[in-house]
Amino acid sequence: MTALVLIEHVDGAPTDVSLQALTLARSLGDDVHALLIGPGGSEAAESIPATVTHVAEHDALDAFAPDAWASIVCELAARIAATAVVAPGSEHATDVMARAAVRLGEPLAANCTAVTPGNPITLTRIRWGGSLLEEARLHTGRALLTVAPHAVAPADPGSPGAVEPFVPELADADLVVRVRDRVAPPAGGVSLADAKVVITGGRGVGSAEGFAPVEELAGLLGGAVGCSRAVTMAGWRPHTEQVGQTGNKIAPEIYVACGVSGATQHIAGCKGAKRILAINTDPEAPIMSVADYAVIGDLHEVLPAISAELRRRGA
Amino acid sequence: MKVLVCVKRVPMTGGRIVLTEDEQAIETKHLGFAVSPHEECGVEEAVRLVEQHGGESVVLTLGPAEAEEQLRDAMAIGSDRGLHLVTDGEEWDPEATAGAILAAIRTDEAASGPFDLIFFGNESADSGGYQVGLRVAHALGRPCATGLKGVVVAGTTVRCEQEVGGGRDVYELPLPAVVTVLEGLNLPRYPSVPGRMRAGKKPLDLSSPERPASRLERSRLVVPAGESKQAEVLGRGPEAAPAVVDLLQQIGVAS
Repeated sequence: MTALVLIEHVDGAPTDVSLQALTLARSLGDDVHALLIGPGGSEAAESIPATVTHVAEHDALDAFAPDAWASIVCELAARIAATAVVAPGSEHATDVMARAAVRLGEPLAANCTAVTPGNPITLTRIRWGGSLLEEARLHTGRALLTVAPHAVAPADPGSPGAVEPFVPELADADLVVRVRDRVAPPAGGVSLADAKVVITGGRGVGSAEGFAPVEELAGLLGGAVGCSRAVTMAGWRPHTEQVGQTGNKIAPEIYVACGVSGATQHIAGCKGAKRILAINTDPEAPIMSVADYAVIGDLHEVLPAISAELRRRGA
Repeated sequence: MKVLVCVKRVPMTGGRIVLTEDEQAIETKHLGFAVSPHEECGVEEAVRLVEQHGGESVVLTLGPAEAEEQLRDAMAIGSDRGLHLVTDGEEWDPEATAGAILAAIRTDEAASGPFDLIFFGNESADSGGYQVGLRVAHALGRPCATGLKGVVVAGTTVRCEQEVGGGRDVYELPLPAVVTVLEGLNLPRYPSVPGRMRAGKKPLDLSSPERPASRLERSRLVVPAGESKQAEVLGRGPEAAPAVVDLLQQIGVAS
C-alpha cells in the first residue's frame, strides 16, 4: 500500500491539520509519500517525515488554482501508483480532493477520523459537523480521503525522507479557476477565532438591543461576542458572529452561552472550548449536558451583575 | 439569467440526535425538516439575481416525495419552478446524487437553454460530503468555486469570495459557472403569505431516477460517546455573579 498525502503549508511550514492527515495515512501502511505545491513548498518539505516528499514547482502555481492542484495530485498519484490519497479537511484541500476524485472516477470520503486497511477499507467519518459518526466501507482500489481537522494527533516529526522537486504538466484549462485577489480579515477588535473568552447570546436574548449586556461583559473581559443561528436568522447580529456547524468553530478558554438552548448545530461550533458556562433560565436545556458550569437565571439580570462584580473588584 | 439552485431536505435535529434501531438513519418521527442551511442562502441569492437581472430561477432537489415541502418553501421566497428527483427515501451517496442531478440539468437545458449559474451548498448539513457541486461542474465542463460568502455577477463573469482562515480569496469565473455557497452569503427572507399562496401553483416537474450501488457503503451510524456532563451550578440569578468572577479569575481571563 502506497499512500500520498497532500500537505498544505504556510510561511514555509506544514499546517497542523496536514500533519494530522499524515498520521491518519500512516494507519494504512508505512509507505507514505508527501506532496507540497507552490511557493514555500521546498522549505516546508525539509521537515516532513515521509518516504519521499515531492514538491511541485511551476510558475503558474503562485496563486492557488484548485484544478491545477487536482491535476498535480492525479499526476503524482499515477506516477507512484498510490493506493490511497489523503488530505486535510481544510477548505482548499477538500476542494482539491473533490476535483481529484471526479477526475480519477473515484468516491471521496470526507472528514475521516479513523481508517483501517483492508479490502474494502473501513473508515469512520463525521456527519452533522461532528455530532454524528458514520462507519463505512470504501470499495475501491484507490481510496481518496480527507481527514477531519483536530480529530487525530499530528505526526511526530520523525526522520524526513528524500525531497524530490518536479515540474508538473498543467493545461491552460486548469488555471481558469484561480485566486485573483485576497481580502484581509477585518482589522480591529478581538476575533472570535483568537478570543480567549467568548460571550454568546442565543434566542433568549430576545432582541438586537438585548445584546447590550453581552457586549458589555465581552468588552470588560477583552473577549468576543458570539451568537447562535436563531439570532442570525432573526437579523439581530451578523453571521460573522455565528458559532455553530454553519458558522464559526472555536476553541476559547471559556465559552459563556447565554440564553442558548444548545441545539446540535450550535454545539458543533463550541465543543472545542476548554470550558463552557451556561447561563439559562431552564436547568433542563440541552446546553446543560455539555456545560461544565451553569448559572440558572435570566441573562438580563445575571450578566449585568457579573459586569458590576468585575468592576467592583477592578476598582 | 437562468439560474439553478440545488437543495437538500434535512431534519432539524434540535438538542440530541437519536438513531433508528438499525443504526442506519436518524429517528425523525418527532422532527421537522428544512432546506440545508447553506442552500437556503443559495435560494435567496438566486432569487435576488433574477430580481436584478431578470430571467428565471429554478430549484431542484433529490429526495423523497415529502421534499416537495422544501421546493415549495423555495418557491415561496421566489423560485419560479421546481425539479423534483423523487427517491424512495434511501440515502444517495455523492457520486449517485451528482449523476442524477447532472442528467436532470442536461434534460432541462436541452428543453429551455443553459443555466448561466448553478448554486449548490458547499456541503449538506447531514452527510457533509463536500463534493456534489464539483462533480456536476466537472461533468458539465464548467468552472466552479467553492465555500463562497460572496457571489457578484457582472456581465459575463461572476466574482466569487471564498472564506479561508478569516480572510477571503477572490476568484473570477466566466459564465456559465457553478458555485457552492455558505450560510452568511445573505440573510434569506421570510416567505410572505401571498408568496406561500403562489408557491402552491408554480410548476413542478417530477422524475424518478434509479439509485446506483454505492462504493462508499454506510455500515452504521454512531452517536459519539457523550461527554454528558453534570454542570456545576455556580448559583441562581444575579447572586451567582461573585462565583462566576471567581471562576474567571481562577482560569486567568479576568484580573
